[in-house]
Amino acid sequence: MTLTAETDAIPTRFAGYRAVLASRMRSQRSYRSNFVIDLASSGLVGLIELAEVWLLFHQVTVLGGLNFTQVLLVFGLADMCYSIADMVVGHCDTLPKYIREGTLDVFYLRPQPLLLQLMTSDISLRRLTRAGIGLTSLVIALCINDIHWSVAHVALLVLTIVCAIAIFSAMYIWAAGVQFFLIQGAEFTNAFVYGGRYAATQPAAVWSLPLKGLFGFVFPMALAAYVPALRLLDLPGPAGMPNWLAWCTPVAAVWMWGFALIMWRFGVRHYQGGGG
Amino acid sequence: MVDYIIETDGLTREFTRRGKGRETLRKTTLRAVDELRLLVGPGESVGYIGANGAGKSTTIKMLVGILVPTSGTVRTCGIDPHRERRRLAAQVGVVFGQRSQLWWDLPVRESFDILAAIHQLPGAAARSRSTELIEQLELTEFLATPVRQLSLGQRMRAEVAAALLHRPRLVILDEPTIGLDVLSKQRLREFLITERREHGTTLLLTTHDMGDIERLCERVLVVDHGRAVYDGSLDGLARAAGAERTLVLDFADATPDLTGIPHTTHLGSEVAGARQRLAFDSEMTTAATVLAAVGERAQLRDLSIEEPDIEDVVRRIYRASR
Amino acid sequence: MFGGLVANMTFGFLKVAMLFATVRAAGGTVQGYDVGSMSAYIWVSQGMLGSVNLHGRLDFSERIKNGDVAVDFLRPVNVQMATIATEVGKAVFALIPRGLPSVAIGALLVGMTMPTSPTAYVLGLVSLVIGITVSFSTVYLVAVAGFWLIETRGIQILYMVLSGFFAGLFVPIALFPDWLLALAEATPCPSMMMYPIDILTGRTTGGAAYGLVGVQLAWLAGTLLIGHLLTTAGRRKLEVQGG
Repeated sequence: MTLTAETDAIPTRFAGYRAVLASRMRSQRSYRSNFVIDLASSGLVGLIELAEVWLLFHQVTVLGGLNFTQVLLVFGLADMCYSIADMVVGHCDTLPKYIREGTLDVFYLRPQPLLLQLMTSDISLRRLTRAGIGLTSLVIALCINDIHWSVAHVALLVLTIVCAIAIFSAMYIWAAGVQFFLIQGAEFTNAFVYGGRYAATQPAAVWSLPLKGLFGFVFPMALAAYVPALRLLDLPGPAGMPNWLAWCTPVAAVWMWGFALIMWRFGVRHYQGGGG
Repeated sequence: MVDYIIETDGLTREFTRRGKGRETLRKTTLRAVDELRLLVGPGESVGYIGANGAGKSTTIKMLVGILVPTSGTVRTCGIDPHRERRRLAAQVGVVFGQRSQLWWDLPVRESFDILAAIHQLPGAAARSRSTELIEQLELTEFLATPVRQLSLGQRMRAEVAAALLHRPRLVILDEPTIGLDVLSKQRLREFLITERREHGTTLLLTTHDMGDIERLCERVLVVDHGRAVYDGSLDGLARAAGAERTLVLDFADATPDLTGIPHTTHLGSEVAGARQRLAFDSEMTTAATVLAAVGERAQLRDLSIEEPDIEDVVRRIYRASR
Repeated sequence: MFGGLVANMTFGFLKVAMLFATVRAAGGTVQGYDVGSMSAYIWVSQGMLGSVNLHGRLDFSERIKNGDVAVDFLRPVNVQMATIATEVGKAVFALIPRGLPSVAIGALLVGMTMPTSPTAYVLGLVSLVIGITVSFSTVYLVAVAGFWLIETRGIQILYMVLSGFFAGLFVPIALFPDWLLALAEATPCPSMMMYPIDILTGRTTGGAAYGLVGVQLAWLAGTLLIGHLLTTAGRRKLEVQGG
């Protein structure tokens, strides 16, 4: 057996996940022309999303208190982190198909937690180009904006990237949990998963009250990019917003993951208890 | 005290369904499994049969922890399947005829490698086991073929190997031979007989094929509407059902209808009596006795014996139990 | 149904936030849009989303791929027209459960200016149906490319990514810089969504409105003609090579 041929040691607990992911990556790259098309289109999607932001700044210079180079920082952070989350766990929104085709029942037969199996059952390498657009925007924004770099700034940037990826990933997980008990629930959850991505790239100061409630608190998209970006740029932000809020992305990430795990548990219970 | 491999008592599973359209608020409760008591000892081989929707799949799902029972208890390999699903997964192998646990775009061999890693099988053990399975199930020729390109028979054999890679104590097969050609069926059955003999594996299989039951199972459980209506030997099943075996007789020439042979029923004649079908009660007479009586009347050219059809047996059992 | 409406609303409100902020930052109007007409643009475009084909997928392309199209050619109907008509019929019908609620909710919760003259509505509805038809006659071209290409997924995805942008789904094309506007107008995309919205919301009236419908009809005729030629050529290829 190729994976274990060298040693007779017991594979680690991670060997299974690693083997599945490695096989997924290999198989995507083996359909070369398809993979190239996917890479190109996902990069194009990223560019067009950037263009939609840029178009507005073609008409005005400041939106929601930010100019274009400043918004570029929000866009870069949000789009890169979202694309990475999408690449790693984006396939979780195919759960209804897994249920229909019985793939989920097969997960039950393996000695691994269900959610971890689902999360590691696939990986969408094609999202790399879109994450690349996000990364490029981020790097350019970090260079051209007047940022007074300090240890705190670097720490905040790293913390934000890690937590934002966690927040976006959690969005996919709770959405998957809901699929267990909402028939055709995908459209409903898409409103928040993809709407959330769109919201995260915006300067949240422009939001109306319902949006502030939805994407400021319930699904804290504003914390994924906009609020930390203000701090990195040393901008005051909307009235009443405390400066320390920028450091609260871990709180948002913990809240989202808590919510996601509860919804997932809820969904699995329903599947084992009521569905069939 | 015997350590049972499968132990259920009062096992019940209900589903609530909502009505359609205007009836969405009205819920109906359906009992898929009803107070099932099942004890299966180590090394036993049990055929689990019943009509579609009789509760077979639901029972299997409860045995492996996919579904939680509404009431009653279930222990598989001494483990509560729902609470300790992951520990149980190391001891049970399941083959679902309709769903694949292989990766459709990967060669068979790679699927085995991944499953070995998932089950954390030590290298040497995984190697020797897969070699054994590959040999016995004759997988060598298509090991490098992606699963999606396999024929159904090849795929099922690969599925069985995948489910048995981690040497489970209990193997559950849900319709393993459905849609398979005669040769594939035969290979699969032979393999399971060997596996059981050499490793003492416990088997539970659902099937619509009487041949599977005959070759593989010494015990049969028949369920109807979630209730066990028969639990016993295969011979006893045919007896309980009163099912008759049928002799198909081909004669050299046109022959008058063979009526009046003791304990037989003449079912019909074809080609002016050159082929006739006689049902006989195997409790009262033997095929040899019947043939002797036939031989006195006409010159026999060929014959075959038709076993009672499993659907027919189940139908008879159902009728008797209601 | 409900889920689709929630998604429509969420995206509608996010568009409102950004585009209203743009209008206000520009001093009350931007390229002729004020808050009321921008709102009308947003909610009408959200309402059309379920009916205009901006994803490039068509069941018919599957029939070309698996060869069932040979059977379609045996029937005494025009394959191209039958395909497009069926899809347009479904799409127009979808306006009732998906389109109207979006516009109604937008009008109630956000408010919008709508035209006062009845001709805007009549001409707007005509333009809307033409727009939906142009989207399907264009997607049909993507599908019939399957006679020559083994896999049309590449063009389908390209269409999906670009059509919404050029149709003015997220930003009205009037806000585009000149070169990008020229590029958009060189495609049939604005005819699918932007022009019907312009007429329906009363942004374009009078002779200019008839002009837009004229442009739409030209794109419709053009795409139908190319579709017809490609269908004929594809059929010939099928008959010569036997699929």
